[in-house]
Amino acid sequence: MSILVYIEQRGGAVRSVSRETLGEATRLAAVLGGPVVGVCCAAADPGLAALGEAGAEQVLLAAHPAFAQYDSAGHAAAVTAAAKQVGAKVVLFSASSIGKDLAPRVAARLSVGLATDCTALAVESGRLVATRPVFAGKAFQKVAFPASPAVASLRPKVFAPVSAAGAVAAVSALPFEWDASAPRAVVTGLAGASGGKADLTESEIVVSGGRGLKGPEHFHLVEALADALGATVGASRAVVDAGWRPHGEQVGQTGKVVSPKLYVAVGISGAIQHLAGMSSSRCIVAINKDPEAPIFKVADYGLVGDLFEVLPALTAEVRKLHG
Amino acid sequence: MLQLVCIKQVANTETRIKVAADGTTLDPSGVTWVLNVYDEFAVEEALRLKEALGAGEVVLASVGGAGVTTTLRNALAMGADRAVHLKTDDPAPDGLQVARALSALVTELQPGLVWMGKQAVDDDASAVGPMVAEMCGMPCVTVVCKAAIEGGVARLEREIEGGRELVEVPLPAVLTADKGLNEPRHASLKGIMAAKKKPIDERPAALGAPGLERLALELPPPRAAGRIVGEGVAAVPALVQALRDEAKVL
Ligand SMILES: Cc1cc2nc3c(=O)[nH]c(=O)nc-3n(C[C@H](O)[C@H](O)[C@H](O)COP(=O)(O)OP(=O)(O)OC[C@H]3O[C@@H](n4cnc5c(N)ncnc54)[C@H](O)[C@@H]3O)c2cc1C
Ligand SMILES: Nc1ncnc2c1ncn2[C@@H]1O[C@H](COP(=O)(O)O)[C@@H](O)[C@H]1O
Repeated sequence: MSILVYIEQRGGAVRSVSRETLGEATRLAAVLGGPVVGVCCAAADPGLAALGEAGAEQVLLAAHPAFAQYDSAGHAAAVTAAAKQVGAKVVLFSASSIGKDLAPRVAARLSVGLATDCTALAVESGRLVATRPVFAGKAFQKVAFPASPAVASLRPKVFAPVSAAGAVAAVSALPFEWDASAPRAVVTGLAGASGGKADLTESEIVVSGGRGLKGPEHFHLVEALADALGATVGASRAVVDAGWRPHGEQVGQTGKVVSPKLYVAVGISGAIQHLAGMSSSRCIVAINKDPEAPIFKVADYGLVGDLFEVLPALTAEVRKLHG
Repeated sequence: MLQLVCIKQVANTETRIKVAADGTTLDPSGVTWVLNVYDEFAVEEALRLKEALGAGEVVLASVGGAGVTTTLRNALAMGADRAVHLKTDDPAPDGLQVARALSALVTELQPGLVWMGKQAVDDDASAVGPMVAEMCGMPCVTVVCKAAIEGGVARLEREIEGGRELVEVPLPAVLTADKGLNEPRHASLKGIMAAKKKPIDERPAALGAPGLERLALELPPPRAAGRIVGEGVAAVPALVQALRDEAKVL
């Protein structure tokens, strides 16, 4: 009986979301019993022993040359084999682009249900209960798992990693069967890489701009504030649809869901579909000239004013602070 | 080539959520039902491919109650050829159950392509597409924002953290559609008239046992009331101070 955590890697580096997932697995193991075992699919070991510090007692490495890129079918075969080998009672993924693709495949292979994008896991009367936002965050669903293992994916940035300084995970090779010659989806390349900047979903701070900016030529004001804060830039759908910003920056129901520690909404009205993408942020700041804008209803701190005056002043004030 | 498009009828995104008497599902009273946004992209892409190939058939499938017929007719009006309605009285079957019902249909119809949305905007599960693919032994690419399909191969783009992934997959395959894939058409008057005569094959959905036990549907606790720190440039120092000293996020 163990808790299995899927360890994500891209380009030979373990992704930070996996440390969050390991953190929650460690907390569950304290109640349900452990051990916490990781499984990583990669072409070569991306330094898995170091995950001991993040809570993994053991990590299984499913090595295959095809795993230099994400491989949906191959990873599903490997993770399912790992779940069976360790007798997993819980299998956890991050609700990242990989985890959202992979978790349902693994659940289907194991013939069990899946709780996607959970924001809380708890043990109630000895069984695991998952809480997950539904209806674009307008409600929360609580579900239990009638069959074993329980399979769930966790919303990035919601669960805290743990730190067991100096601990080392035991890394071993996972035997698994997979026919790489069967028809399958193959990743042939990457495009439009953001040049090392953190993705919206993984940023501690997000500054988003909306139609209040009046045109793409004014987004440098948002970028300057984001720079000063060490933040990533987001956008409302209105400005993405207008072609001012790329779709990858859209926050909301039909864009990305973010939960940073600080979310700054600039010139965004706060439509329900926008709130769907950011209302689980820890601290929300709204800057809008209309005191009646609905964004102020969810904002922890509101500033009523003209963004063309406020943004440069705010950027300067933040720069002063970080000196 | 037969293309199967799986579509879900969902509550309009403006819906004010009320919990039904069972405590676990949406109270359907007063809800306006619409086609799931991502499924619109799926229907549109299937229609475009059929038009480009100048041949084939676009078949719709939906798992749901009697009310689903309206949404099936609306999607038929966009140009799909026929529909299969897999009927159930369960107001919210889970992803595993829906995938079971749909995969039986896939096995029967042997489509060259199965289209879905990346996510249903009611349960937000992003589960059914990859589950159907697994159950049918088909490859699957999720969250597709660009597609070029030719000679039995689909070349696709999907958005991932910090960029786009380029993927190639041989058909038959399951593809799930993201926003940006296309601009869905509106049904024409002619389309709406024609849809009335298109066949909808009704059969019971073989859901099997639930994959999840629904315990509760709850409204989120109201966010603690925030405050307006002030107006205009004069309020900037107060804002920064609050973020640093109160919220401790700077
Ligand atoms: C199915 C569906 C899905 C959707 N998905 C999304 C989604 O994922 N994400 C999303 O964002 N939207 C989404 N929308 C759209 C959403 O309903 C809104 O239309 C959109 O969020 C509005 O964007 P906005 O706030 O930038 O623009 P507006 O609503 O036009 O708001 C602009 C704001 O800027 C303020 N402003 C103007 N000038 C200034 C100034 N000088 N200084 C300060 N403030 C100023 C105004 O007071 C106003 O509040 C969706 C809609 C539908 C129907
Ligand atoms: N009841 C249903 N009937 C038909 N297709 C569905 C149903 N539920 C989900 N789907 C398909 O699966 C996709 C993902 O849904 P979900 O896994 O529920 O987020 C949807 O966009 C639809 O294409």
